[in-house]
Amino acid sequence: MEHTTMRTGTRKERLSWSAIARRLKKDKWMYILLLPGLLYFLIFKYVPMWGALIAFKNYQPFTGFWGSEWVGFEHFRNFFQNPDFFKLLRNTLLLSLYNLLFFFPAPIVLALLLNEIRISFYKRTIQTLIYVPHFISMVIVASITYVLLTTQGGVVNQFIESRGGTPIDFLADPDWFRPLIILQTIWKECGWGTIIFLAALAGVDVEQYEAAIVDGANRWRQMWHITLPSIRSTIIILLILRMGDVLENGFEQIYLMTNALNREVADVFDTYVYFMGITQGSFSYSTAVGLFKSLVGVVLVFGSNWLAKKFGQSGIY
Amino acid sequence: MNKHYRTVPSTIFDVLNYTLLGLFALVTILPFIYVVSGSFATEAEHTQKAFFLIPETFTLAGYQYIFSSNTLFKSIGVSIYVTVVGTLTNLLFTVTMAYPLARRDLMGRNTVLNLVVFSMLFSGGLIPGYILVRSLGMLDTYWALILPGAISAFNLIVVKNFFQELPAGLEESARIDGCTEIGVLWRIVLPLSKPVLATFGLFYAVGHWNNFFNALLYINDATKWPLQVLLRQMVMLSQISLGDSSNLDPTFVQPPEQTVKMAVIVVGTVPILLVYPFLQKHFAKGVLIGSIKG
Repeated sequence: MEHTTMRTGTRKERLSWSAIARRLKKDKWMYILLLPGLLYFLIFKYVPMWGALIAFKNYQPFTGFWGSEWVGFEHFRNFFQNPDFFKLLRNTLLLSLYNLLFFFPAPIVLALLLNEIRISFYKRTIQTLIYVPHFISMVIVASITYVLLTTQGGVVNQFIESRGGTPIDFLADPDWFRPLIILQTIWKECGWGTIIFLAALAGVDVEQYEAAIVDGANRWRQMWHITLPSIRSTIIILLILRMGDVLENGFEQIYLMTNALNREVADVFDTYVYFMGITQGSFSYSTAVGLFKSLVGVVLVFGSNWLAKKFGQSGIY
Repeated sequence: MNKHYRTVPSTIFDVLNYTLLGLFALVTILPFIYVVSGSFATEAEHTQKAFFLIPETFTLAGYQYIFSSNTLFKSIGVSIYVTVVGTLTNLLFTVTMAYPLARRDLMGRNTVLNLVVFSMLFSGGLIPGYILVRSLGMLDTYWALILPGAISAFNLIVVKNFFQELPAGLEESARIDGCTEIGVLWRIVLPLSKPVLATFGLFYAVGHWNNFFNALLYINDATKWPLQVLLRQMVMLSQISLGDSSNLDPTFVQPPEQTVKMAVIVVGTVPILLVYPFLQKHFAKGVLIGSIKG
């Protein structure tokens, strides 16, 4: 993105106040149009950033933001010393790791396979079908998971029983939590994730393949030496963006799939902030947890971007 | 890529590949098909048969049950209201902000753009946002579902880039003909941007219809629940093995069975499937406009 360079006002001449007034007047309507959006960002994005300072205070709803006393890093200390911290860190990182290992490559493989299909009607039909789940709400996805997997008449367990097996309580069994989350993600987003790769693949020059065929390359070689390199930069950009989300697992999905029996593996930073802040009212403490999460995310994005550049890739900045 | 040697391994690969992708597509939509047919099946069929795709006895009992009280109607109404008003708000805010930002010579433009981009990287988090909405008095109002997400920074930048690429000559000639800035936006730019507006309108609308998180956070009053929250209460929290049916709406005290649950899921899914052909027409465009600059 062109403006992601973090510099402001590199205009050569310094503007005098009268020049500023003249330009404001000239573009009066432009600034009036800009105002609602600007106010939106200031109120709903920047006021909460300022409000995040309550992580260093003892915020009480009655005393308000200004009246609450400063406590420094107390909430952060409490959080890092809390035995829950390692449980949350483990659950969060494991889900992210599984996501990276099992979900991240899935759209790439799927796009490569789709790219090999030459009957365009067949390709379009498959694309139409596999994009559908992206638009379905997480509540519906979780609901479908429930009605299919429940031990009370769910089709999967009915099937297991009809084969003489013992029913498995997928929804409550902690061992099934992570596989279920990853499977849901693959089902919902794998097809949609192919779009960006298919777009990159559509831009590959056909002559490259023709030249490769002349050189005697088989389809495997063509895929390895032409198709895959052509989407390498896309893969790296997505990987960098993904790094920023390592501590975020998607609140809705985790929250919806969490229940009393699988809390031990299901509790992650995202849901912890909600439970501690909204359910239990520890505003300052949960803000500190959220702030920790945001900061790690920013550091990881910039860090992986730096690393990508170091290895000669283009990066996102 | 149409020139492959017709070798034996190549043909084997093709057969495998076509089959595999066909199966994947089938597996993707199978849950939907099963839930739809299950919603018309009798409870007996659910408990006796391991798997079926066409119900033996066709019944509307599930639908009759869920529409027997007006709770479901009401929350569908809430969802429709929030989706319509929310999407119009989104488009209004996005367009009015994107248009001035598309003017490269506008003083202060870079500052505002940096402000927008930074908000994509870093956020104050859940709790400060919640406290803000609460202190604005928006808890338990539909504004809480509309205003906090009025502009998506990503969409804003894509729309801005689109405006920037419109031929400058058109706007210039309109201005020479005495059109005001607002007039140029309304008469020249917006008509040219119809496909983009349709794309983002649909994205925003689907986002509103599907949103569960904001309602969970901001709407405690059960009579104001949008469909997604009610869906969860009916389908998921009635799980007997999982307990917690204490906050169920009184009209649903009787635990809904499979047929009823599937009927509710169908009701929540059908609106999305109805707009899906339009979505499909536009979404690739939307995603790609975004990634060109990205």
